[in-house]
Parts: sequence; C-alpha cells; structure tokens
Amino acid sequence: MSYFLELLVNGALTGLMYSMVALGIVLIYKSSGVLNFSQGALVMMGGYAVWQLTEWGLPIWLAAMAALVVMFVFGLLIERVLLRTMVGQPIIMIVMLTLGLDVFLRGFGPGLLGTEPKQLDIGVGLAPLIMGDILANRTYAVGALIALALVVLALLFFRTRLGTKLRAVSDDHVSSWSVGISVERAVAISWGLAGLCAVAGGTMWGAAQGVDWSLTALLFPAVAVVILGGIDSIVGALLGGLIIGILGSVIPGYVDSMVGGSTRDVVTSLVILLTILIRPYGMFGREDIERI
Amino acid sequence: MFYRLSGVHHTRYSQTRQLWPIPADRWQVGILLVLALAAPLYMSQLYLSSYMLPWLIFSTATLSLTLLMGMAGQLHFGFAAVMAIGAYTSIHLTRFGVPLELALLCAGLMSAVIGCLFGAAALRVKGLYLVMATLAMQFLVDWVIVNVTAISGGAVATLQTPKVRFLFVPLESLAARYYLALAWMVVVTLLILNIKRTSLGRALVAVRDKDFAAAVIGVNIFRYKLLAFFVSSFLGGVTGAILAFCFYKAVTPSQFNFDVTIQLVAMALVGGLGSVIGGFLGAGFVLLVPIVLLNLIAWLAGTGWLSISTSMMAHIPLMLYGAMIIGFLLFEPLGLAKIYDNARKYLLVWPFRHTQS
Repeated sequence: MSYFLELLVNGALTGLMYSMVALGIVLIYKSSGVLNFSQGALVMMGGYAVWQLTEWGLPIWLAAMAALVVMFVFGLLIERVLLRTMVGQPIIMIVMLTLGLDVFLRGFGPGLLGTEPKQLDIGVGLAPLIMGDILANRTYAVGALIALALVVLALLFFRTRLGTKLRAVSDDHVSSWSVGISVERAVAISWGLAGLCAVAGGTMWGAAQGVDWSLTALLFPAVAVVILGGIDSIVGALLGGLIIGILGSVIPGYVDSMVGGSTRDVVTSLVILLTILIRPYGMFGREDIERI
Repeated sequence: MFYRLSGVHHTRYSQTRQLWPIPADRWQVGILLVLALAAPLYMSQLYLSSYMLPWLIFSTATLSLTLLMGMAGQLHFGFAAVMAIGAYTSIHLTRFGVPLELALLCAGLMSAVIGCLFGAAALRVKGLYLVMATLAMQFLVDWVIVNVTAISGGAVATLQTPKVRFLFVPLESLAARYYLALAWMVVVTLLILNIKRTSLGRALVAVRDKDFAAAVIGVNIFRYKLLAFFVSSFLGGVTGAILAFCFYKAVTPSQFNFDVTIQLVAMALVGGLGSVIGGFLGAGFVLLVPIVLLNLIAWLAGTGWLSISTSMMAHIPLMLYGAMIIGFLLFEPLGLAKIYDNARKYLLVWPFRHTQS
C-alpha cells in the first residue's frame, strides 16, 4: 500500500511539473489556435538561459528573473519573425513550422553551449521529503508548487484587462479586430507568456534532471496533458497533468517489471489516442462546430 | 528555348490527355530515366550507395506520403512507423523462406491493414487532432517493435536481412539493389501520376478541400479516407521493405523513429505538397543539402576563414535542417515544385513574359 501511495504522490508531483510545460502550449493555443510543438525546445532554452546566467555569476533566483525577461523577448521574437507571416496558412504548415523551430533549437542550444548535461542548483537540497512512510523528491515538490502558482497566476491574468483581450482574441480573431483589439499584439504576448512558462519549466526540470537536449522530450507528455485536458483550458492543463502524471507513474510501477520497461510512453500514447477517439476536445476544451 | 510549343498541335483527345503533352517534358523524363538506368555505369560505388540509393527510396516514401497528405489532405505523423511495419514483416517472412516477391506484397498488406487503424482515427477527427493521433500511434508502434523481442530482438539489436533473390537475381551486388529500388520508384511514380487523373484522385482532392462539402456532392468520405490510408500505407510498407533490403541491409528500431517521420513530412513540404516532382526534389534537398553545407562549412573552418567549436560543428546539420524547414515555409510555402514550375512557365513563353497556362 505504501508503495502505491508513493507512486501516487510522486506521479502527482511529476504531473504538476508536466503542467508547467503544458501551460505554455495552452496559452499559445488559446490566443492563436497554433499548437506549439516547439514548447519542449523552449523549455530547454529556458533551462540553458538560467544556467548560462548563473555561469556568469548571478545568484540562481536573479538568474531566473533575468531569464524570464530574456525568454519573454525570445517568445515575442518568434511570433514576430516566424508566426506572423503564417497567418491563414493551412494547419500542416504551422505544425511543421513549430517542428522546424524545435529541430533548429535542438541543434542551436547544445551546439552553442556544449552537449554535456548542466547542473542547475536551485538550493533545494537532495534529501527526500519524508511524509509518514512516503518518500518524495524535494525538487519535484517545489516544482509542483511553482506549477500550481503559475496556473493560479494564469487564471488571475485572464481576469485582467489584458487577459480579457486575450480571451476575446481566442474567441474570434475578426471580431476582435473589429472592436479595436490588436490581435497581433495579443498573440505576441501569449508567446511571451509561453516563454515565461518555459523558464519556470526549464529551471525546475533542469534542477531535477540536468539541462541538456533531453528536456525537449518533455513535449510529448505535455502534448498528452493538453489533449487530455482540452487544448484551450488552463484548468484542463492542471488536471490533465495530474492524471497523466499519476497514470504514468502508477502503471509503469507495476507493469514495467513484466514487459521490460518504458511503459510510460505507452501510457501517454494510449491516453492521447483514447482521448482523441472518445472526446477529441478533451475534458474541458471547447467544442468547435464546423460549417461548410 | 527548350519548351518550344510552335508546331505542337494535338489533333486527338488521347494526345491532349497524355501524361506529358509537351514534347520537351517527354524528352526530359526520357533523359532522366536513361541517366538513372545507366547510373551504375558512370557513378562510383560510393555515390551510388550513399547518395543515389537513399534518394530514390526516400523519394518513393515521400510520394507515398504525398498521396495521403497532398492529395487526400490527411495529416500523417506516423509514416515511419508504417514503413517499419513493412520492413519488419518482410524480413521475418524472408527469414521463414518466403520468396521476396511475396514478402514485399505481404509487407505492403500488413502495413496497409495497420495503416487503416491509423485511418480509423481520421474518420473521427481531422487537422491538429489527426496529427496527435498519428503521432501517438507512431510511439505505440515504436514501443511494440522495441519491446516485443520476437519482432526486433530488443532495443539495441539489429536484424540482418537474409540473402534473397528477386526474380531470380540475387540481391547481393549494389547494382541489383539499385535497380530494384529504381523499378519500385518508377511503379509508384506512374501510379501517383495517374491517380490524379482517375475518379479516385478527384474524390480524394474533393475530400481534401472540404470533406463535408465532398459528402454533400455525393463522395463517400468514409470510403475514400480509408482508401487513401490503405493505398498510401501499402506503398509505404513496400518502400520500408525496399529500404531495409536495398539500403540498410540490417534494421534497428531507431531507423524508423519519430525523427524519420519528421524528415518524411519535411521532404513532402519542402518539395511542395501534392506534387510528384516535389517528392523527388524535396527528398533530395532534405537528404543532401545539410551534407553539402556541412562540408562547405568544414572546408571554410579548415582554411581558417571561420572558427567553430567542435560541438557546434556536430550540431550544424540539425540547425541547417531546422532552418531549412522554416525557411521554405516562410518564403516558398509551395515548395521546390513551385520554383521549378515558375521556371518552366517562364521558359514556355520565352522570350515573351506573359504566361498563359
């Protein structure tokens, strides 16, 4: 029983860490209808940015703050340079564009800063968190707390004036234009916010497993999270993350020894498939009605 | 110039409806075919085996994907998995002593049946969600191949292709393997070229442009979407088997992972979605240009014009490849085929400037 509980708790914590990556995808999809396949690479770049700034002598929290600014600007730049020319193109083009960006960054980051995994010390310590007879990873716990905070912040943000504009843009581009909302700016801001999420994700995942190109692999669980939760739902990202994390921890905990490993990817794939076949718009996503 | 239209008068319907109504096009295709047939005579073994052969096979794979993505409009991000199914099926069958001709057919059928499972998702969702569903299936197939040791022999194991003969010719020499790949390429190319002119092709295009509208005018979208997945996966499966037997000669699961899928989609997009010549141009571009540019940069670094760290050097192909995808999408979304088409249209009316067709 305690084994199960331990898997459950650790899975939930991991899942919340996934939510942090997924939140970036949700923010972008919500404003522009683009599914950002490069979020994993952005997370990696966020991790690299924090690492590089600490290398230059900044204390870790200051480095994270500076990286937030850097990645916000980076997000704005991506929107300005790449996405703006793609308005109105078919979906495959935009998907491929973000995949191309993913490939490019996967070469760019490690190429610039070296391939060996970088240690990122956020001062949490390696000793596990002991709750009764359950051991939990302290870094993951801090990451989960940050993820919760980010989700709450995102929810609050969408109640502000700017957030209302973003919601309007997510509903309908043309109507937003007609009432004087700058759609381009809203989309750019959502990319910037995704950059901020990427820094949070990159820092915490980097602290948990080191910063290197393997952080881009976070994209796959994050995509599963947003599919399950609904691509345009922030709450969905949170709950989807919890579910994916728990399933991806409990099932491999019991099955891995039988079939020889890496069941986690299978669980993630199956969740994606079943969600799409049963309820394509996810748990909290908006169902689009199509007209000819 | 090359495309002289004066004096070309078609007097029968069959003449205007042939594949290449303009003589210059026929000449070009003929010359290219002769060049391809004679390639083992004038090309060194190295060029033939490491540039020409993969180009041919990946062009064929891109054409199979074009049928699905360019003509039927169904996005597929699991095509490498489909090819893997074909490759593994054919290898296991030939190991049991089934002749290669039959094994290729079975490989195609096996891929087609499993590919139709991918297609089952397409009946319910489209666009972005179809990308996700096929992507998930890619990971599932990958996992099954890696973890079922009866199929792959484990994650790091390689499976040698057995010695086989195709139509009584042993597939030992490079030339024999090259000609098999070439023959399959010609078959697939002719098929794709001609599908566009049949009712099937027109139905697929209708489904691509707007599936509800196609249903309204009486196209059975259920049937045609599945058919598109079936045919395309069949071709992909056989191509996977050809890839295993003619090029790799030993397969590992990592030769068919998600990165290969991205590569195939990139080939289709860089070439130009839905065009046949785009399949060839795109495959060649994606396969060869990073190598050429890397050599150029290495040469520049060697002469001291440019100083790059070794880790940067190792990652430059990846960066070039990503930048290439982005560049094409931004500056020429219709791909290399459009560039070729523009040049051809310019030459058609040269020395005048206004195109008619």
